[in-house]
Amino acid sequence: MFKIKKNSLNKLYAAIAEAQTLYIPCNVNGKPNFAVWGEGADVDLASLKTVKSAKEVFFPQCEDIVSFKTKGKEITVIDCRKESEDFVVFGVRACDAKSFEILDKVFLSDPVDTFYKTKREHGTVITLACSRPEESCFCSAFGIDCAEPSGDVATYFSGEYLYWSPKTEKGLNLTNSLKNLLEIANDKDNLALENEQKNIREITKKLPLYGLDLSKWGADDLLEKFNSEKWQELSSACLGCGACTFVCPTCQCYDVRDFDKGNGVQRYRCWDSCMYNDFTMMAHGTPRPTQMQRFRQRFMHKLVYFPSNNGGEFSCVGCGRCVEKCPINMNIVKVIKAFGGEGK
Amino acid sequence: MKKVLDIMQKRAKQLLGEGIVNRVIGWKTGEFGYDQTPAVFTSAAELSSLVYDSFSAPNLSKYLIEETKKEGKALVFLKPCDTYSFNQLIKEHRIDREKVFVIGVECSGKVDINSLKSRGAVGVIGVEDNGEKVIAHTLYGDMEFAKDDVLLEKCRSCKGKQHMVFDELIIVNPVKEEKNDRFIGVDALDAMTPDERFEFWRGQLLKCIRCNACRNVCPACSCIKCVFDNQNSGVASKASPDTFEEQMYHVIRAFHVAGRCTDCGECTRVCPQDIPLHLLNRKLIKDMNAFYGEYQAGTDTDSRAPLTNYTKEDVEPNVISDKGGDK
Ligand code: SF4
Ligand code: SF4
Ligand code: SF4
Ligand code: SF4
Repeated sequence: MFKIKKNSLNKLYAAIAEAQTLYIPCNVNGKPNFAVWGEGADVDLASLKTVKSAKEVFFPQCEDIVSFKTKGKEITVIDCRKESEDFVVFGVRACDAKSFEILDKVFLSDPVDTFYKTKREHGTVITLACSRPEESCFCSAFGIDCAEPSGDVATYFSGEYLYWSPKTEKGLNLTNSLKNLLEIANDKDNLALENEQKNIREITKKLPLYGLDLSKWGADDLLEKFNSEKWQELSSACLGCGACTFVCPTCQCYDVRDFDKGNGVQRYRCWDSCMYNDFTMMAHGTPRPTQMQRFRQRFMHKLVYFPSNNGGEFSCVGCGRCVEKCPINMNIVKVIKAFGGEGK
Repeated sequence: MKKVLDIMQKRAKQLLGEGIVNRVIGWKTGEFGYDQTPAVFTSAAELSSLVYDSFSAPNLSKYLIEETKKEGKALVFLKPCDTYSFNQLIKEHRIDREKVFVIGVECSGKVDINSLKSRGAVGVIGVEDNGEKVIAHTLYGDMEFAKDDVLLEKCRSCKGKQHMVFDELIIVNPVKEEKNDRFIGVDALDAMTPDERFEFWRGQLLKCIRCNACRNVCPACSCIKCVFDNQNSGVASKASPDTFEEQMYHVIRAFHVAGRCTDCGECTRVCPQDIPLHLLNRKLIKDMNAFYGEYQAGTDTDSRAPLTNYTKEDVEPNVISDKGGDK
C-alpha cells in the first residue's frame, strides 16, 4: 500500500501524463466527464458519477472503422485502425470497473472485437473507492463493494491522503514508474483506511436502494416475463430517447453508419440504443415496432437474456446513472421492483 | 400543495366516476420523493398514488398526442406553462381538443433536483418545500436552500401564472406574478463577438451525447419521423461524426421549432449534460419579437405565427444580415 498527499495529486497526474495519455474525470463546461488530462485541467474526483461512464475510453461513442475516398471512378479504401498507445484511466468507480468485465464478455468473446481488445490491452485502470455513495447507487445488489473497487490499481481517499494499492502486474508497473512520488503507507495508515472502508460500507447499508432483490431475475421464466402485462404500464411514459442507454456503462450496442464526406465515405460505428425506433432495422422493417417492445428489450436484455448467456451475470452494475438521467424517471430499479424485487 | 392535491384527487375521482373521462394523466412518485413519472390512472384506487408537488415538472401536453388517439376522454392536469404547449399542439392539429378535459393547476415553481445536487446536496432521500425554503434531507445531513435559488430554469423565467386554456381550474393559493427577464442570457451572448459566441456554443454542444432527450421531450418536436432518424435523409445520425454534425442537429432543431417553441423549458430540464438549450430557442424568440413584433407561441390556437405569416411591416432580409447574419 502506498499513499500520496491530496495536494500533491497534480504532480502525480503530470507524471503519469508525461509517459502516457491520462483520462480522468474533469469538469468540462460544467459537467463531470472523463477527459484527457492536461496542465490546468479541472479535475473532479469528488463527483461520484461522470455523465458518460468510463466505458468510453474502451468503447468510444463514435469510432472510425474504415474510410473510402473516391476520385472519379476510383475508390481507395483506407484502414483507420490505429495501433493503440498505452493510456491510463484514473478515477474509475467500482461499478464502472465491474462494467468492463461485462463488456469483456461481449467484445472479447468470439469473434473478438479488435478495436476494443487493443484498447483493453493498452489501458491501465486506476479505480477510486466511493467515499460518499448516493441515493441512486445500488451496486451492492450486484455484489459490488464500492469501498474495495477492482482495477489495476485501487485508490481510496482518507484524511489528507489518497491511498494507492496496486492489484495487477500492469498496476505494479505503473506504481514502479511513480515510485518517487508515492510514499509507503504505515500501519497507522492501514488502520485509517480500514476505518474509512468500514464507514463507506455502513453508509451503503443506509442507501434507499440497499437490499434491492434480484432473485426474481435471471435466466428463468423468460417467456413469463416477456409476456407480462406489466411492460405496458412501465413503458407508457417512456419518451424513447436514448439517455438511459448512452449514460449506461454496460450498454454495448452499436450501429455502423456511413458519413458522406463529399469526396468519400467515413464508415464509423457509434453507440446505438434499443430505445430507438430504427434499432436493429432490417430490410423487412423493425422487429420491435412499439415503444413497449423496445423498452422491454432494454430490461429483458440486462436482467434476463444477458444472464442466460453469461452464467447468470446481469448486464447492470447498479451505477444509477439511468436512475438520475431519465427525463421521466423511469428506470431499471422500478422495473426490478415491479416484478417483485422489493427492497429491504 | 397538499390541499391542491386533495382537490385534484377528489375531482379526478368524480370525473372518472361520472364517466366524463375514462382516464387521468398526472404524475406518480418514485423512489426518492423527487423523481416523478408521468402516469395514466384509470381507477379511483390508482388515483391514490397521484402526486402534485414541487417536483411535478414534466410537461404532460405531449402525451396527449397519443392519448387522444384512444377511445374516450382523458383528464389532464396542466400547469400554466404546460397550457402553452397544449394550445400549440391544438393549433398544429396534433391533439383532439374534444377528447381532453383540462384541469389547470396552480404552480409556484418547480424545484430542480440537479441544482440541489450541484449545491452539495449529495445522497438526497427526501425534499421538503415550505414555499420559501427547500430542505433537502440527505444521507449526510440536511441542507437548506432558498427556493428561488434552486428552481428549474424554466421556472426562474416563468411566463406567468395564468392558464391559457382550461376546462376547470384548481387554485387554492393564487400565486403572485413575478417579473423576470428571460432574455438576460441571450443578451449576454449577443454582446459577445461572433468568435466568442461560437466558442461558447462549441464548448456546450461538445458535451452533447445525442441522446435525443431534448427532442423527444419537446412538444414542438412532434414529427412522426424526425429527419435525423430518417435513413433516407442523408443526415440521419445517432452520434456526431464531427463537430459540424454536432452543431447542425441543434441548429436545425432550433430553427424547426422557431415560432412554435413555447419556451416550455423541457429541453433544458432533461438534458443530461446541462446544455443551456433554452438560450438557442430564446435567441430566436428574441429576434422574432424584434423583427415581427412580440409573439408568444401557445397563447391561443388560431393566430398566425410570425414565420408562417406575411405582413407588409415584416422586416427586410438585409436587416437580418446587418445584424451579423452573414458572419
Ligand atoms: S442499467 Fe442503469 S444502473 Fe444499470 S448499469 Fe446501466 S445506467 Fe447503471
Ligand atoms: S427510460 Fe427514460 S431515459 Fe430511457 S428511453 Fe425512456 S424516457 Fe429515455
Ligand atoms: S438532451 Fe442534451 S445531450 Fe441529449 S441530445 Fe439533447 S442536447 Fe444532446
Ligand atoms: S424547444 Fe424546448 S422550450 Fe421550446 S417547446 Fe421544445 S422543449 Fe419546450
